[in-house]
Amino acid sequence: MQVIHLEGTEDTPKVMLDKGTGIFEISGRSLPEDAAEFYSPILNWLGEYAKAANPKTDFVVKLEYFNTASSKLILDTLSKLEGIPNTTVVWYHYEDDEDMQEAGQEFAELVDVPFEFKVY
Amino acid sequence: MALIQYLFKQNPMKYIYDIQQLMSNKNLMLVYEGEFTQEITKSVLSMTERNLESVGEENNIKRKVFNVMVECLQNICKHADSNENITEDKGAVFMIGREDGNYVITSGNFIGNDHVPKLKEKLTHINSLDKEGLKSYYKELIKNSELSDKGGAGLGFVDIARKSGSKLEFDFERINDQYSFFSFKTKISKED
Repeated sequence: MQVIHLEGTEDTPKVMLDKGTGIFEISGRSLPEDAAEFYSPILNWLGEYAKAANPKTDFVVKLEYFNTASSKLILDTLSKLEGIPNTTVVWYHYEDDEDMQEAGQEFAELVDVPFEFKVY
Repeated sequence: MALIQYLFKQNPMKYIYDIQQLMSNKNLMLVYEGEFTQEITKSVLSMTERNLESVGEENNIKRKVFNVMVECLQNICKHADSNENITEDKGAVFMIGREDGNYVITSGNFIGNDHVPKLKEKLTHINSLDKEGLKSYYKELIKNSELSDKGGAGLGFVDIARKSGSKLEFDFERINDQYSFFSFKTKISKED
């Protein structure tokens, strides 16, 4: 499977989706003008990955900030993980960032995938 | 003061002083008027971030300010696209300042009169909700909004209300038969 590796920018997150190394991570800031366009390749990739997933998948979300346009697409991204066996969403937030922690908890309530919360 | 006013009376450059005084008296850190794009949004954000860093603002306040600014600025950007029927006065204004220990983020832009009732209803509804109510409204909107609508399902205003923890202040000034000026204000308390 092809690897998705995007460097983060001022308004888009760093994305690493690599089945071979088992690294699945979105980090940084997500406030693109057109979130649907930015997340579309990620959603497609996960759709393909779900057909032949690794025995275990840790999907790391380490976002410092995301806008509301991205939040819908993050929900869609996490929903793609539903049904992939042995999948965990590892949701990182700064210790003092209650809003980001709460955002993670809300996503955990909206998708049927176990979440693990970590502080960085 | 009287002397300064006298000297400036006939001075065509007095507006510069007026603006400086207004910004200083209102504690405005940044004022931008004109066209709003994603590039402008990024510049305004990074200028404000640097400003907040230079005064040593707390991280969680910085994040909240950043958050509210993004939603306000992107609301204006998105709205400007759908505003082709307004030919004159297409500009919008964005300001951030300090007032009584709060950060105050304000914006103003022209909207078609036909959009006023729906927006007013939406903002009034948001203001009627408490913390838990806002949370469930947010979840309801995010679940039911379509992927294609670029997050324009009104999540922005709900998010602003949640992150700021204060009521949204707004006003619609009717300009003519076609459009109104929409003023919007959010306060972020520096004490949590």
